[in-house]
Amino acid sequence: MLTIHNLHARIAGKEILKGLSLEVKPGEVHAIMGPNGAGKSTLGNVLAGRPGYEVTQGSVLFDGKNLLELEPEARAAAGLFLAFQYPVEIPGVNNTYFLRAALNAQRKARGEQELDSMQFLKLVREKVKEMGMTPELLNRAVNEGFSGGEKKRNEVFQMALLEPRLAVLDETDSGLDIDALKRVAAGVNSLRSPQRAFLVITHYQRLLDYIVPDFVHVLADGRIVESGDAQLARELEAHGYAWVRERTPVEASA
Amino acid sequence: MTAALPFVQSMHAAALQRRLPGSGLAWLDAARTDALQAFADRGLPDQRNELWKYTSLRALAQRAFAANDAAAASRAGAAALLPVPARQGSRAVFVNGAFRADLSSLDALPEGVAVQSLAAALRDAPEPLRFLLDKRVDDDDDGFTLLNRALAADGLILKVAAGAEVGEPLHIVHVGLAAEAAAAFHLRSLVELGKGARLRIVEHHVGEPQTGHLTNIVRDIGVHANAHLDWTVVQQAGADATLLRRSKVRLHDDAALDLHALELGGKLVRHEIRAELAGARSRFNSRGAFVLHGRQHADMEVLVAHRGRDSFSNAVWRGVADNRARGVVHGRILVQPGADGADGSFYNKNLLLSPDAEIDTRPALEIYADEVKANHGATVGQLDEKVLFYLRSRGIPLETARRILVRAFCSVALDGMDPAPLREHCEALLAEQLPEVSA
Repeated sequence: MLTIHNLHARIAGKEILKGLSLEVKPGEVHAIMGPNGAGKSTLGNVLAGRPGYEVTQGSVLFDGKNLLELEPEARAAAGLFLAFQYPVEIPGVNNTYFLRAALNAQRKARGEQELDSMQFLKLVREKVKEMGMTPELLNRAVNEGFSGGEKKRNEVFQMALLEPRLAVLDETDSGLDIDALKRVAAGVNSLRSPQRAFLVITHYQRLLDYIVPDFVHVLADGRIVESGDAQLARELEAHGYAWVRERTPVEASA
Repeated sequence: MTAALPFVQSMHAAALQRRLPGSGLAWLDAARTDALQAFADRGLPDQRNELWKYTSLRALAQRAFAANDAAAASRAGAAALLPVPARQGSRAVFVNGAFRADLSSLDALPEGVAVQSLAAALRDAPEPLRFLLDKRVDDDDDGFTLLNRALAADGLILKVAAGAEVGEPLHIVHVGLAAEAAAAFHLRSLVELGKGARLRIVEHHVGEPQTGHLTNIVRDIGVHANAHLDWTVVQQAGADATLLRRSKVRLHDDAALDLHALELGGKLVRHEIRAELAGARSRFNSRGAFVLHGRQHADMEVLVAHRGRDSFSNAVWRGVADNRARGVVHGRILVQPGADGADGSFYNKNLLLSPDAEIDTRPALEIYADEVKANHGATVGQLDEKVLFYLRSRGIPLETARRILVRAFCSVALDGMDPAPLREHCEALLAEQLPEVSA
């Protein structure tokens, strides 16, 4: 589904990703872990197409298409979703309006019938119920006045509604207390399916107790230096990132 | 020399050519002559005038305007331009500066509401208007108020008796239609709400695209004790129109004015609002937005003077300029001696959608009383790239994302606007205005 090959990217002239390669298949959950500054969030932003991130080398194929040449909105329509580390507040833009505009724009881009307001309301109310959100959310402005936890839950709610094929969760656990973390994880788990893949970017192992990944990758200095299964995350928790650095083969860190 | 300017020449020619309503009344003739003389001395306001600092009239000064549109009383086509909310309900319609009884509908107004055109009032009973029209020239007058005094041929005289409550809004519609030549219309209006009265006014400006007329409106609005005026301005003047307005508002004890303004049309548009919070606990809320394209120019002057104790004013204005448009927002809060406990605020945010657009905003506070709360803030910025990316990452195309954000930016000006159909009408107008937002 997603094939990243030798990806190099920089922002403001500074190289952050230095030859990252990764293969994600449908149904898989991959965790990307790593110390601060390793390039975790850069990976999420490059995949989603945030302006300012410049890819200098390498390729990203998404369902066989060259992802890097698509506009951000086209990536979304193709089935990519980024759950933001810092979701933005949009005063004056009502959540229902925003969600319908997003869903219909994606449907239109895919050549599907747009939903009328009745169809959309029915769908969005179902999703609110499924994800355990309060219905008042729909009448509020996007993320305006939301707590950190509410914003992260709203990201997962948007994901549930937009039904992406590949979801990238950028530090969705950061700033959450344990209850909020469990709710966010339950939301993500309810969306796991054989057709859908996840890239879970996190600094801490804690989230992975609740969203159990199939693969764990350690990102350090712009590339993946270690890959394993869920056990790798627990070892990292026990030993810290320094442990990976020591285990890294000399040629990889050169 | 100013005397040589085509604009000035055409105004003097108009004064000679046209027999105005009420002419022959000695006091009125004298007032008009004095005003014209004062205009000859002062000329058009220039940019040294603090209130005209960012609005240049150099191009206007080179234009000549016909004295009036002689065919205004019979011009067809106005009905088709009437805005949707005004097609039902009570309305006073002016076409090319002249009141049109045939297009107006004033029969359903409740007891206690008296509406008359200025022309009719001057014909039937001019004396009660003497206080309004027989004024000495003073320092606050500028070239346009003087021209208005010299040349006003029509307007609206609206009085609401004490205690009268008007539930349904009264629509005042100014329609601009193409004529043989671009003409200047000077309108003088009066709105008086007696004690405890309530009234809603919706003022519309609509017009054909290429008319080139100048409309110069001066009005006095008096809101007496405990009365409440709700006033909405929906300005979609024709693309070639020049629209200049000065509204002088006086609020007495516990009186309130709520103003909503949506300024979308016209070529050169100005509204100078002078609100005097004369009474104790009087209140003035204003919310407004302009959205400008092409080479449109809009100048909003919101000048608030607190005189009464514990008087309250709050202004929230938004400006959007695209292409080579130019916006001006000037918010002034003056707290006079004795207005202790006054609370005034003025907030203005602006959005530039093009590197060639410009918006000048000036908030100003002057305080001469005690225990006063006063706040102001003004910004000029661009659309937030982070927010744009957030919308795009959800699949919303860039152009749509920009429109959504500009609309949201302006929507604060519609907050509190009612009734609901009026608000929906304004939201639709805003949405219509925005597809033109450039990349």
